[in-house]
Amino acid sequence: MFKWLEKNLPKIVMAPAVGLIGWFVYGFVLWTLYISFTNSKILPKYELWGVGQYEKLWASRKWLISVDNLLVFTALFLIFCIVIGIILAIFLDQKIRAEGVLRTIYLYPMALSFIVTGTAWKWILNPTLGIQKMFIDWGFENFTFDWLVNREMAIYTIVIAGVWQSAGFVMALFLAGLRSVEDEIVKAAKIDGAGLFTVYWRILLPMMRPVFFTSFVILVHISIKSYDLIVALTQGGPGISTTMPALFMTQAAFHKSQVGLSAASAMMMFMAVAAVIIPYLYSELRRENAR
Amino acid sequence: MQDNLKSSSYQRLEQKSKYTNMFLRWFLYFVLILFASYFIFPLYVMVVTSLKTMEEIRQGTLLSWPGGLNFDSWAVAWGGRGYGAGDTFLRPYFWNSIKMVVPAVFFSTFIGAMTGYVLTKWRFKGDSWVFLFLLFGCFIPFQAILLPMARTLGALGISNSIVGLVLVHTVYGIPFTTLFFRNYYVSVPTELVKAARIDGAGFFKIFFKILLPISAPIIVVTVIWQFTQIWNDFLFGSTFSFGEAAPIQVALNNMVLSSTSVKEYNVDMASAIIAGVPTLIVYVLAGKYFIRGLTSGAVKG
Repeated sequence: MFKWLEKNLPKIVMAPAVGLIGWFVYGFVLWTLYISFTNSKILPKYELWGVGQYEKLWASRKWLISVDNLLVFTALFLIFCIVIGIILAIFLDQKIRAEGVLRTIYLYPMALSFIVTGTAWKWILNPTLGIQKMFIDWGFENFTFDWLVNREMAIYTIVIAGVWQSAGFVMALFLAGLRSVEDEIVKAAKIDGAGLFTVYWRILLPMMRPVFFTSFVILVHISIKSYDLIVALTQGGPGISTTMPALFMTQAAFHKSQVGLSAASAMMMFMAVAAVIIPYLYSELRRENAR
Repeated sequence: MQDNLKSSSYQRLEQKSKYTNMFLRWFLYFVLILFASYFIFPLYVMVVTSLKTMEEIRQGTLLSWPGGLNFDSWAVAWGGRGYGAGDTFLRPYFWNSIKMVVPAVFFSTFIGAMTGYVLTKWRFKGDSWVFLFLLFGCFIPFQAILLPMARTLGALGISNSIVGLVLVHTVYGIPFTTLFFRNYYVSVPTELVKAARIDGAGFFKIFFKILLPISAPIIVVTVIWQFTQIWNDFLFGSTFSFGEAAPIQVALNNMVLSSTSVKEYNVDMASAIIAGVPTLIVYVLAGKYFIRGLTSGAVKG
């Protein structure tokens, strides 16, 4: 008995992690998957009902708006975060004075919660006393900036706040990437007569492929899951113009008693994340094995 | 972007004239400072707004300096106005968050350290599959587990309680903490462990005598990461708790959204700062570790 215990101690120590993740991650996802094939309303029902919830989901105007918003948000969020992140990383890489201070400033939003960020930006963007008033008081009397309450434009306020929060993070990833390149490569290229622009554009940035990949995966992941920021900034409004899948899911589950439908929407999100993450994990593992 | 790249990089070219060089140098700093102001702007606005009276807010602009250091809205945000019903303030929820964060960080870090230790120093057949199995937990969108989690917490009798939130945060922190410790321990030479085993040291002795003493950096990284994640969480807090058991982010959101009377932006901003200050302090004091956690546990963002 004691021998057995000793021999299996490592596995026993590891058991809580494996058990908890097995139950709370895999078990729960399977449960949600199952429920998405039932006609559950307020409470889960366990008779199978087929793909009705998915049909309902894709026929729902609100869901289609959510997906549309997600695509717009993800595209802009990705572009701005990566462009700003790269510019800041390259500029900071030029032996800048006070680099540490600047880096700290660029990255501090990552330490804040999306609720804090959303609260701050909601105040800044509010049309009565925020930026709009500031410009009017400065003499631009016809200045209007009402994106927050404008159906067409409200989604972009979420982009503004989201980019503010995450661009510094991309900067940190790229800066770390640039700093890990051996000096010899840059020196050799310079001896060959390449200007610094060429060095970055032709040599360093192409070498940053894995960093691009990582940033892409992380940012897409953040955007699919975005929930807090929308709750704090617009609550999906005006109307339902800034709703997104994560918001759709929680509303269906906890406010509208559409448990089956919310499970179906959660599974769609799950599949979207899996489509991005599985290739990523696969390539990461291959890289690790190749080492 | 291309233009910026071009100009920024020219400055190191030796053949360029001194003036062009200087001009580009200035341009570089100009752009960097421009972005720094974009990032600092909301924090500045939050702080000055929180120090103004509502009268000053209506009179001035976002950027205008407050008339004096007026901490009234901070006092209201933290301790309320002293009338009973409907007076929401952050103090009780701040403590809720502390009571939730401390045990959840401790348990998830401990389990992660143990699991990472086994996965790297007591390797067995299929251990990399176990790692992958755990790692996948970093990526799932939590919407896929909200419904069964709500039912489970109900069945355990800990829905709408801090204990329930501790459980949730511990469980969903394990993939990250395991990832951190596993990646750290993988670079510790296994020979050390082998030698200790030959000397007759057991499983726990090796952990406490050999690995734990060199684990300080990764413990700091993990604790900071978990602290920030759990403190800033809103999804779990708002789904599994309400009323008195809510953590601070949920309370902040409720305070800001409550549309009972006139909007008091100064109190809103003071509340937002109070909710954000603990993680900001950690970031300023231990930025290096914060960033390290961010880049290696980055999957969650």
